[in-house]
Amino acid sequence: MHIMEGFLPAAHCVGWAAASAPVVAYGAWRVKKIAEEHPNAKLLLASSGAFAFVLSALKMPSVTGSCSHPTGTGLGAMLFGPSVMAVMGTIVLLFQALLLAHGGLTTLGANVFSMGIVGPFVSYGIFKAVRKSGGSLQIAVFLAAALGDFATYCTTSLQLALAFPDPVSGIAGSTVKFLGIFALTQVPLAIAEGLLTVVVMNLLSKYSEGELKSLNILSDGARA
Amino acid sequence: MKLLRNNTFLMVLVALIVIVPLALPLAEAEFSGADDQAEGVIAQVAPDYKPWFSSIWEPPSGEIESLLFALQAALGAGVLCYYIGFKRGQAKARA
Repeated sequence: MHIMEGFLPAAHCVGWAAASAPVVAYGAWRVKKIAEEHPNAKLLLASSGAFAFVLSALKMPSVTGSCSHPTGTGLGAMLFGPSVMAVMGTIVLLFQALLLAHGGLTTLGANVFSMGIVGPFVSYGIFKAVRKSGGSLQIAVFLAAALGDFATYCTTSLQLALAFPDPVSGIAGSTVKFLGIFALTQVPLAIAEGLLTVVVMNLLSKYSEGELKSLNILSDGARA
Repeated sequence: MKLLRNNTFLMVLVALIVIVPLALPLAEAEFSGADDQAEGVIAQVAPDYKPWFSSIWEPPSGEIESLLFALQAALGAGVLCYYIGFKRGQAKARA
């Protein structure tokens, strides 16, 4: 989902950065607040960032014959709220832009928007909705993580289509082309991310019951 | 040991998801990155587009790149597994 360095027109770069910046700033404020209110959850907070670090480093083969990677942002979004993952996503994307030449500084805003904002918000919304309608924790975690991952790649496709409309079929035609690459490849990987997130949540439910309770994860109550 | 059984089952499923594409007889499978393929579509849709900025630093070789990717995964796995091991020890000490 990394839009490569220099591969978005300058106006788009500025636009996506402007859209992402306030969410990242709010997320940074939330991180500080969570650390104050739930000091015993600090390590868990670091771990949800770490999960995104691992998963976004794993480039996996897909049935389309190409490779892509999961995002790992769903777990933290469910635990701490989506804006926190905008901060974690920014850290991951900066690491990759500066050290791996994957993504870039000019496209950072756009990449943060897809991986750090849209994905986590979709995960969070689905998690809350499934839990409220009585779905089990595992099902909620699986659907939230898988669909959040998928939403990130759909967003990337749309961002590229907006910047590079097809000369004949326009933005719609170009969206179909980019989705053909990103969305199709991502289907099995999103399922893998959903399963891996359930694995971690199973471990957390057993060993970090206290933290999950204080974050209201094990109940189905809504939390802002 | 319900946890161990459930998680092992899930990990096997993940392994299958990764292995099956490699075993499928895909006609022109190169397993290149989807990001690079998107670059191909851009070249086709907007042949005149020139990237206006390039990476400040690039890993000098594929080896260095895989070193840094491995480092990224190791850092993440290190922190995550430290936490889970720590919590497991705490839970055991309480029991």
